[in-house]
Amino acid sequence: MTQTYVLTDLDKLEAEAVHIFREVAATIERPALLFSGGKDSVVMLHLAAKAFWPAPVPFPVMHIDTGQNFDEVIEFRDRTVERFGLRLIVASVQDDIDAGRVAEIGGPLGPRNKLQTVSLLRGIKENQFGAVFGGARRDEEKARAKERVFSFRDEFGQWDPKNQRPELWSLYNGRHHKGENMRVFPLSNWTELDIWNYILREQIDLPDLYYAHQRTVVERDNMLFVVNRFIEPGPGEQPFEATVRFRTIGDATCTGCVESAAATREAVVAEVAAARITERGATRADDAISEAGMEDRKKEGYF
Amino acid sequence: MSQLLRIATAGSVDDGKSTLIGRLLFDGKAIFEDQLGAIETASAARGFDGPDLALFTDGLRAEREQGITIDVAYRYFATPKRKFIIADTPGHIQYTRNMVTGASTADVALILIDARNGVLEQSRRHAFLATLLGIPHLVLCVNKMDLVDYSQERFNEIRTEFEAFASKLEVRDLTFIPVSALTGDNVVTPSAAMPWYEGPALLGYLEELHVASDRNLIDARMPVQYVIRPQQADFHDFRGYAGTVAGGVFRPGDEVVVLPSGFSTMVTNVWGPGGTKLDEAFTGQAVTIELADNLDISRGDMLCRPNNRPVSTQDVDAMICWMDSDLTLATDATYTMLHTTRDTRVSVKELEYRLDINTLHRVEEAPSLGLNEIGRVRLRTQKPLHFDAYRRNRDTGSFVLIDEATNNTVAAGMILGPSQNEPNIVWHSGAVTREHRRTRGMTLWLTGLSGSGKSSVAVEIERRLVAAGQPAYILDGDNLRHGLNSDLGFSPEDRQENVRRVTQVARLMADAGVVAIVSLVSPYRADRDAARAAHDADEIPFLEIFMDTPLEVAEARDTKGLYAKARAGEIKDFTGINAPYEAPLRPDLLLRPSDGDAGTLAGIVIDRVEQT
Repeated sequence: MTQTYVLTDLDKLEAEAVHIFREVAATIERPALLFSGGKDSVVMLHLAAKAFWPAPVPFPVMHIDTGQNFDEVIEFRDRTVERFGLRLIVASVQDDIDAGRVAEIGGPLGPRNKLQTVSLLRGIKENQFGAVFGGARRDEEKARAKERVFSFRDEFGQWDPKNQRPELWSLYNGRHHKGENMRVFPLSNWTELDIWNYILREQIDLPDLYYAHQRTVVERDNMLFVVNRFIEPGPGEQPFEATVRFRTIGDATCTGCVESAAATREAVVAEVAAARITERGATRADDAISEAGMEDRKKEGYF
Repeated sequence: MSQLLRIATAGSVDDGKSTLIGRLLFDGKAIFEDQLGAIETASAARGFDGPDLALFTDGLRAEREQGITIDVAYRYFATPKRKFIIADTPGHIQYTRNMVTGASTADVALILIDARNGVLEQSRRHAFLATLLGIPHLVLCVNKMDLVDYSQERFNEIRTEFEAFASKLEVRDLTFIPVSALTGDNVVTPSAAMPWYEGPALLGYLEELHVASDRNLIDARMPVQYVIRPQQADFHDFRGYAGTVAGGVFRPGDEVVVLPSGFSTMVTNVWGPGGTKLDEAFTGQAVTIELADNLDISRGDMLCRPNNRPVSTQDVDAMICWMDSDLTLATDATYTMLHTTRDTRVSVKELEYRLDINTLHRVEEAPSLGLNEIGRVRLRTQKPLHFDAYRRNRDTGSFVLIDEATNNTVAAGMILGPSQNEPNIVWHSGAVTREHRRTRGMTLWLTGLSGSGKSSVAVEIERRLVAAGQPAYILDGDNLRHGLNSDLGFSPEDRQENVRRVTQVARLMADAGVVAIVSLVSPYRADRDAARAAHDADEIPFLEIFMDTPLEVAEARDTKGLYAKARAGEIKDFTGINAPYEAPLRPDLLLRPSDGDAGTLAGIVIDRVEQT
């Protein structure tokens, strides 16, 4: 075969992400990678490991723990961090609640996604992180579609969408003063389907929740929620058995699942390729709050 | 294999740009149901009849509230044939910086024209910015064809008018497509209403567009981004230079030169991400390269090939687009420049002109550049840059400027080349010695029969040296006889005087830091030996290069028709026919036509120059 010197789409996305990891490691002091055990953060960690081979990943990972996680995901998190030989920093939302830094919304089982911002900012400050890698993708949400790969946060951790640094070619400006930080998104140009194609190609392990399995669920706001210690059937809600899988994994109180028979990586790729609803639209109750829900949370310092 | 295609669009709501993109995404089945649902809800809330597809691309609250696009929005869609990334940018002049940002990585630019209005200032500006940013392909979508009765005549008028304008720009590939974004004609499916148009619909065009050849696969460049030293038992001696290949191809066994040190070594291994062993690494790949020698190499250094180096200099001319709303570009101000993986302080020596991006007129003596303004500047960097002109390589020819107080990115720049008008350096005799000069000169003396190929090789040597930042100048025997040696003929005495004068000129040039490339028949051994002796006396390097082309070959070429005239007796004292040629006994280099073409032979010479 003649060499055409053309990279596949996945190779191109991989090269771009690897470039970004190396750029941060070379130019910004004390980076950290946000790791939740969700598929995007798992792919991110996999890419980071490839970027620095044969050396170990030269930064720690941080988990913003809402305290309302799926047990399988926490086990997966600990197993993965150990396999890569990394240091895990946990910034706990419960700590912030206990210390009175944030108030719970809607009682002890209320959603804690919004509360994560305080813990995230505290984690960054306490560890003096100059850059934090996040797994956000521009295809997820319309405010994220406008965000830079290197996204500057002021000393209050805030994003100013109207005053973003121009970002051209592959020249990234990560300069900041003490107390400010950068959020860096190596997966900016990936879509959900790219992520799954890559998971398949690289045979990346994920929590089992991503694959079809039997669960007791209730239907709420046109979404399916797993009945567990965080979600109890409400008045008029009838629990039933279903074969489901999760398209995203976040706080267990607000992450829904979808009916699916996709039990393998191949089957999920086929399902995602045919999907007609975005992953956040299908399974995230928190984003549906308002037209600018994500933009408002990001301005406050959210991922 | 198809390749990811990056599209830049610019325009305002009036052009129907958002409708066009919405239509591409919608008909290309890339808008999801929940997204359409959200748009329908929002459209209804604003009192619109149908879904306003512009709401899909305008992601920020302020954009939706004001009904305008402020920032670059990235959109993703894929067809079975290809994956697309659209950088959607606003069209008004106050958002030029956003357009420039979106255009910086694009393969193709979509420019919309309202068929009723024809080519407006805005369309011309967009086309200019697209070419300034080096987007290889330009597509003019003549939109709202439904409102001009799908008129072929109107389409052709617009086409002719735009082509006339485009002839002033550096457009590599220009395509015109008549569309109606509202009705969908020629967007995804070919239009039945315009049978006279025989080209593809927009989506079909984008799916088939060939972009693989737009990359630079010739000039091997890898800026070192990060040095990987595991210092663990399994990889104790591993030292890898990680980076993204910015041009050309690197293979194990290749000889490479490291800039700025100039040391050369050999590639021993090329690793892909995660330790995949590669036979070669090419443009766009993120790799880790191991080298044979332990050299002092760090981030910001550049790997290249011995005979194909980027330009290295501290003085560059560039076009820049100013992007900061609070500050303006000031002459003599200092900024931080990010260029490849290098950063350096830079000062603006001169703002040569500001470009009126609507009229393309140069405004000389502009005092400064403000937000969204574009101009040509002369810069001086603290550390030398290793670059190629932007038009040759977007990765090694681009830079951004950062304000040192705010850390904001204030300008984007495209390098035109080394500075054309460096200030004259005034020196007094003896104050500057050869060691102080930025470059070291020498004399390359090419001798051989008329028609032996001296001039072709000399031209190629000069071109390559100058491209590598080394001043060089050809002293061509024929040309010198028009001026310096116009009083001399071809007798042995005159030839001797000819050689003596050229020797002195070459010696002065070489002393001044220039590589003097002498291309002269110089048939007498004694004359050439005298030239060498004059150089040796001043300790200036001198290479005698013998173009050993047999008489039959040179005569068969007879590029200037001189052999024929000599044979016919019209020219006396013609070397090889009726005057002798004394071949060098011990030339420093011997070149034969069988060794290769002029380029190859020049490469051999330059290799030798580098060893001298």
